[in-house]
Amino acid sequence: MIGDWLDIGPVTQISPGNARTLPVQGGEEIAIFHTMGGEFFALVNKCPHKHGPLSQGIVHGTVVTCPLHSWNISLKTGHALGDDKGCVPTVPLKVDAGRLYLLREAVIGAMAPERAA
Amino acid sequence: MTALHPIPTGRPEKLVVIGNGMAGCRAVEEILARDSKRYKVTIFGAEPRVNYNRIMLSPVLAGEKAFDDIVINSADWYTDNAITLISGDPVVSIDRAKQTVTAQSGRTEPYDRLLIATGSDPFIIPVPGKDLPGVVTFRDLDDVDKMLAAAEKGGHAVVIGGGLLGLEAAHGLALRGMDVTVLHLMPTLMERQLDEAAGWLLKSELERRGQTILTGADTAAILEKDGHVAGVRLKDGKDIPADIVVMAVGIRPSTGLARLAGLEVERGILVDDHMLTSDPAIMAVGECVQHRGQCYGLVAPLWEMCRSLADAATGAPSGYEGSVTSTKLKVSGIDLFSAGDFSGGEDCEDIVMRDASRGLYKRVIVKENRLVGAVLYGDTADGNWYFDLLKRGEDVSDIREALIFGQAFAMGGGASNDPHAAVAALSDDAEICGCNGVTKGMVVSTINGGACSLDAVRSQCKASASCGSCTGLVEGLLAIALGDEVKAGPKTLCKCTKFSHDDVRRLILEKELKAIPQVMQELHWTTPDGCASCRPALNYYLLCAWPGVYVDDQRSRFVNERMHANIQKDGTYSVVPRMWGGVTTPNELRAIADAADKYGARMVKVTGGQRLDLFGISKEDLPDIWADLNAAGMVSGHAYGKSLRTVKTCVGSEWCRFGTQDSTGLGIKTEQMTWGSWMPHKFKIAVSGCPRNCAEATIKDFGVICVDSGYELHVGGNGGIHLRGTDLLCKVATEQEALDVCAAFIQLYREQAWYLERTAPWIERVGLDHVKAGLFDDPEAVQHLAARFRYSQSFMQDDPWARRAKGEDAELHQHLAEFRPFPTMIKEAAE
Repeated sequence: MIGDWLDIGPVTQISPGNARTLPVQGGEEIAIFHTMGGEFFALVNKCPHKHGPLSQGIVHGTVVTCPLHSWNISLKTGHALGDDKGCVPTVPLKVDAGRLYLLREAVIGAMAPERAA
Repeated sequence: MTALHPIPTGRPEKLVVIGNGMAGCRAVEEILARDSKRYKVTIFGAEPRVNYNRIMLSPVLAGEKAFDDIVINSADWYTDNAITLISGDPVVSIDRAKQTVTAQSGRTEPYDRLLIATGSDPFIIPVPGKDLPGVVTFRDLDDVDKMLAAAEKGGHAVVIGGGLLGLEAAHGLALRGMDVTVLHLMPTLMERQLDEAAGWLLKSELERRGQTILTGADTAAILEKDGHVAGVRLKDGKDIPADIVVMAVGIRPSTGLARLAGLEVERGILVDDHMLTSDPAIMAVGECVQHRGQCYGLVAPLWEMCRSLADAATGAPSGYEGSVTSTKLKVSGIDLFSAGDFSGGEDCEDIVMRDASRGLYKRVIVKENRLVGAVLYGDTADGNWYFDLLKRGEDVSDIREALIFGQAFAMGGGASNDPHAAVAALSDDAEICGCNGVTKGMVVSTINGGACSLDAVRSQCKASASCGSCTGLVEGLLAIALGDEVKAGPKTLCKCTKFSHDDVRRLILEKELKAIPQVMQELHWTTPDGCASCRPALNYYLLCAWPGVYVDDQRSRFVNERMHANIQKDGTYSVVPRMWGGVTTPNELRAIADAADKYGARMVKVTGGQRLDLFGISKEDLPDIWADLNAAGMVSGHAYGKSLRTVKTCVGSEWCRFGTQDSTGLGIKTEQMTWGSWMPHKFKIAVSGCPRNCAEATIKDFGVICVDSGYELHVGGNGGIHLRGTDLLCKVATEQEALDVCAAFIQLYREQAWYLERTAPWIERVGLDHVKAGLFDDPEAVQHLAARFRYSQSFMQDDPWARRAKGEDAELHQHLAEFRPFPTMIKEAAE
């Protein structure tokens, strides 16, 4: 992907199966997930259903189960799985030499009100 | 781009190669094979020896091969091909304008074409002591020699890094008689190649071989004694003695020379599909390059790069398009293979086969009918076949059913059309269930005798009743015999397993399973790491089965239990301090009021269980509010957990004119006995001082009604959506008996109920008689159950708030520290 990438710290800050959050001034909090399979994903930290903090859910495979009403959200696409419908914005993330990078434009996009829904 | 046109000098072009390693020499071999006349080759090597197979250093260390065995090109090869080898003299600069390279010795060589194949450098973690004598990397033959010298003296070796290289180093040193400890930062060994399940199998096997494997181990410093390495200190304060420390945490492309020469470099030297750098006279190949964003640390891509490079260099460009890689661990007796993308996901289909008795784990990942990844442990015979399918991106829908069984089965004509064909083809005396020695004939006759469900077969002929690895075969036989008449077995724990809750609980005890990955392996889970249903259930079952032994898995807990507070609809939390028996004091009330003010609680409410609930606390403030409440003498009320919640009481004989016994006192004693206990579901208790039942004990999981002659004990009440009054369990004369029966009942519930099953549905499912029999048929049952409960409680009654307030798992409450300055950067960027 072309664009500016922001270094947001070493991969070791998030252990597998867990998530941490990134506050963005004037924008949506971003949740960064580390799956048990070793992959990293970033999503706006809001379940499309009732805005539950996805970062607090149980991670399994590449799915997080929202802690409020157990919706299963794909970490890869942000889409609700199963019979549920809805989508949460994802933020492109890459890992390079042990560090996590978020796509700057997408983070800024997460701040814009029209993208916040 | 087009081919590199010959430079019309009338003499062979001068090709200088920097790097006498696997990539550099292979590239030369490929070029010579295409056009042996075009170039006059000079190779510079930093190591004072001929070209050898670096990936075979592990067997050399392990004593399975000698150096001569791993030489790729002997001195004769250089002579025969008129190649000038300048070894032991590393190139230190490139002059692109003059087209010359200069080596350390001052020797300068002109070139028409330059090939950089400098490989990669081991990554050294920047900790104190990293430069001590006795700290080595695992990269070249000199490193191996150092390790062999250390091993001769024996003693302790610490290997930092549980990746491919680290484990191979550890294996070699262990075979050489050293006492080896592997420190790995991540929780899973080889986490880039293996999933949690395979990583766990590997760790178990290495531990069985006597190595100590510490995962989640973060190195703080390397310790020194008498000017030599003496040990490693971890960030958690643990010291591990070491006579040698091998640093094998990773490699990074060696790009210093290229940077110095002004070539375009990111992580590696940037090359196009023909391995040309930003300078058209300079090519680069191997681990030092970055191609289409990728750097490779494995050998297979290197061969592919060398082919493209040679094509380009001899005028027939084909172009390299990147590689799919696979990995094997070169540790004798451990078969392990991984390839492609094994992270899976909801748009991928995981096919998992686990055979506990043979120590097998196989997982293939299919996406849009194409194989995208594979992890094999224990039997890697089909690794190449899977890898080939993966690289070719072939449609596998035709062989989907049999894919996991490997090439022989999947390609064995017809099997793919009928998933039951294989079992149908078995002879009658073929063994189906190895655990119980049950043949196909025995299973079939059991089915013909009327067993029409998996469960019936299990109970009647014991096939699939033990480890369960033959469950699929038994189901196949049922399907063949009965067609659609197969009755569904009992509800399985979740979609990841064929076993019911009861089976899982029984097998955890019988097979002494003590970790979640172990349960998933031994019981043939069909997903790599379970789901949001089975993970919490397994965590509870293991905790209940192995008190004091099993290490709780936070990742398998619902957020409330992870945070020790209740998540509310707006994402804030509510906090309920424990008030024993519902009794509080002015000081406690003051502390609660102060905490409510200080942390901006938006509401303070009395709960249904007579406790005070502070609403609207942010996740970041939780440790602080707990510290304040702890300081006033209060502990967590566990209002969030699948655990004992509250013991509701009325005021009892001390004040009430009708009270027959000290219900408040008994309530407090009961709560002190039971708090902190994890249960299948939330658990509520009440103690009423007289039959007026002001504490509403008859809608609680365990209720006590005090009467003149003693205590009536009630169970299985539920005031929730399905209102259920309690059943009278028994009547006892003394407080102590009431407490003992309470403990015994809770333990029976803890040991038998399904996860997320409250006492009311549990009792309705198994019957009150079953519960009574469990408690009273054997006169000692109550004491035994109560003793097991109290033993388990000896590990549980440890206030989770106090531990968090002291800083344990602090990161769970914080945003990433490094992210703090981040919002400003974003703001600037946006402006």
